[in-house]
Amino acid sequence: MTIVEETAAPPASPPPRRTNPVWALLRNSWRQLTSMRTALVLLFLLAVAAIPGSVLPQRSVNAERVADYFRANPQSAPFLDRLGMFDVYASAWFAAIYLLLFTSLVGCVAPRLVDHVRALRTVPPDAPRRLDRLPQHATAERSDQPAAEAANVAASLRKRRWRTVVRECDGGRWTVSAEKGHLKEAGNLLFHFALLAVLAGVGFGSWYGWHGNRLLVQGADKGFCNSVTQFDDWSLGPRVEASDLPPFCFQLISFQAAFQDSGQPKSFRATVLVDGDGAVSKRDITVNKPLRLPGATVNLLGHGYAPILRYTDRYGEQQTKVIPFLPRDDMFTSEGVATFPDVNIDPRTEKRDENLQVGFEGVFLPTVSPDGSPASAFPAERNPALFLTAYRGNLGVDAGLPGSVYALDRGQIAAGKLRQVSGARPHELKPGQAWTLDDGTKLEFLGTRPFATLAIRHDPTQSLVLGGAVIGLIGLMFSLFGHRRRVWFRFSPLAAPEGVPGGTLMEAGGLPRADYPGFDDEFQGLVKAAEEDEGTP
Amino acid sequence: MAELSNQLMAFTVLAYLAAMVCYAAEYAFGKRSHIGRAAARPARQLVGAGGPPPAVVEDVAPSATADRPERDRSAMIGAIAIGLNVLALLLHLGALGTRAVAAGRMPWGNMYEFILSVSVVGSIAWLAVLSRKPGIRHLGLFVTLTMVVLLGANGLIAYTPVGPLVPALNSYWYLIHVSTIILSSGILLFGAVPAAAFLIRTRYDEGKRRFPYTLGKRSPAAETLERLTFRLHAFAFPLFTFGALIAGPLWAEASWGRYWGWDPKEVWAFISWIVYACYLHARATPSVKRTTATWLALLGFATMLMNLFGVNLFFEGLHSYANAG
Repeated sequence: MTIVEETAAPPASPPPRRTNPVWALLRNSWRQLTSMRTALVLLFLLAVAAIPGSVLPQRSVNAERVADYFRANPQSAPFLDRLGMFDVYASAWFAAIYLLLFTSLVGCVAPRLVDHVRALRTVPPDAPRRLDRLPQHATAERSDQPAAEAANVAASLRKRRWRTVVRECDGGRWTVSAEKGHLKEAGNLLFHFALLAVLAGVGFGSWYGWHGNRLLVQGADKGFCNSVTQFDDWSLGPRVEASDLPPFCFQLISFQAAFQDSGQPKSFRATVLVDGDGAVSKRDITVNKPLRLPGATVNLLGHGYAPILRYTDRYGEQQTKVIPFLPRDDMFTSEGVATFPDVNIDPRTEKRDENLQVGFEGVFLPTVSPDGSPASAFPAERNPALFLTAYRGNLGVDAGLPGSVYALDRGQIAAGKLRQVSGARPHELKPGQAWTLDDGTKLEFLGTRPFATLAIRHDPTQSLVLGGAVIGLIGLMFSLFGHRRRVWFRFSPLAAPEGVPGGTLMEAGGLPRADYPGFDDEFQGLVKAAEEDEGTP
Repeated sequence: MAELSNQLMAFTVLAYLAAMVCYAAEYAFGKRSHIGRAAARPARQLVGAGGPPPAVVEDVAPSATADRPERDRSAMIGAIAIGLNVLALLLHLGALGTRAVAAGRMPWGNMYEFILSVSVVGSIAWLAVLSRKPGIRHLGLFVTLTMVVLLGANGLIAYTPVGPLVPALNSYWYLIHVSTIILSSGILLFGAVPAAAFLIRTRYDEGKRRFPYTLGKRSPAAETLERLTFRLHAFAFPLFTFGALIAGPLWAEASWGRYWGWDPKEVWAFISWIVYACYLHARATPSVKRTTATWLALLGFATMLMNLFGVNLFFEGLHSYANAG
């Protein structure tokens, strides 16, 4: 029966082992993915994919610029938006690249970790037969017996922190094998695992972190409490509820800015009154010193001026508003709009006339330049003035549509529902001055209050990211500056006349595992040390 | 003091230019005399030491004696080139030092000062490597050319009058972050010189004799250049990692409230880091050719330049301290 089988089977090919094609495909794909070539391509792709984020405005960096881009390029912007070009670093394709890269990384370093642990537990291999074939080679004659010589050399190597093994071979020969530089691979692995920790930290940080921005005008009436309804804009991580925000309140007591004569800023300091956990304290925020509260950090991002405007309507009713004007240049030429929708209400009918709403639009200059240019000449208030244009009619604020609080509704103006009622040139108002409009109503410019723009945020995994980065750097340095290398010594008894103990022939060989220009010197040093140890026990 | 700094700067550029002309002249003369580069070397050292040209050693072949005056001249020009290069570096340091005194702070507050500092690091790195490996003197042409272009462009495009720091820079992280970036950028920028020379030399060794490859004729051996390239990059990469990806985010967290925000400068630092990481990986992979790896190093150089000039001039971001245009 066996014979029949032998003749039936073709002699050259063993019985074909059927590999599952799906399994084969998976295995080959995995091998491809974890190959260095793929990793390099992915790394390179990641670099290329990051470029559009610096060329095109990004929502996460500056949403207003994205809106500007949409206005300037109405044709291409929606198309680019569909490709995620305005959210590059949150886009699916960017995530696909780095997730593939990290998968490739895990596939590459996990087996290497296993190998490395195995390498750490195995002893250095015995000397090769021909030590003179190695890149480094030396011979010397020694007077002692092989065993004693080997013990000497091994002790000297161990003192230099080499992993050393002494072996006795046939014919009275002894070999010493030594290995050093496992830190290179350990550092390399550490670096790559630290990268994983950084990725995990960044990921969890975006899940469990939150941030919001708030423009805070000075004064107790303009205080802020930490909840999403009080932010100007905010974003919570997917795992954060609005109720998770730590409770604290603060108000801006004062804001000090100092400038050079050139207008270049020297220092900013915002002083706030913080009310958190029942305790009230006065704290300073400067540009590089954020206010660190439990569960939140408050950074000072910018500042500006909020003119105080009092409007007296045709029935003598007064309304006062403090309106932040947003700076548009380094000299704090600031733009803003003051709207008074609930004015000119007839006290007899108590009905609001929608066509008698009032709005003012214009610029605030902290220092009017003597040459009459429409831009401020200095960022501090040396000669402040408001330049306003008055509008009356329907402000369009009742439509329920969200509009900018820093500009009037252009649609209402275009439709003729909101009409300009002042002269062709904006009206200049100094602090304390009043401006009587054509219908007898009056606007007074009472002065300004400073405001500060604050970023309030929390990232619970910041320290994990930092720790990962620091450990990664340490690993990187071991990996770049470490060198794995092996040396062997072989001691063979020399033939000697009867009765007299013969000497020993020492052969040494060295093998660097990677490009290591200093190995030559190190090897010579080791051989020299072995020769100098002669005589000492 | 600020005035003095500007004048020193002008002289610095002129000195680099003069050194460049001398390196180039030596290059040109060197091409004609094929014989006895070794013989030219002791002569150069003696001239460099300030002594008179040494007496001609008589035991050389007669054919070499015919070339001798020319060869001596070429060696002498080489020595002058190095002397001018050192002078240029001293002027460069002087311009930077007076600038620092005039401003009363470290001279890293804007793009002009930053490029001044980066280039001084590159120049020191070049002369330091040169003193240990005199054989690479022929790279001086490229180094000084880079310096002249970099400093000239800096003075024309990015000049900023001396002033104090803006508040955002008023932090001890300013010292840590900016100094490590300057140091690492300087070395990485200088690292591109042996990288380019290696690529030229390799092609020359392959038998290419057209223009850029003929420059490889007198350059150091390809292997030396390649190893130098790697060692410069391996040294600068962890520094750059620390400066850009650890110290930078630490400061950004304190100043802007987030450690990483994809500001254009951050994006390009990230890109440079990845490209240099590609280079280090490619070089450590035996299956990738060394020339391919070195091209990656040059690509990294391009991204560094983009970050130094392009980002400052074309994009607006949080790192906009340049006063250009």
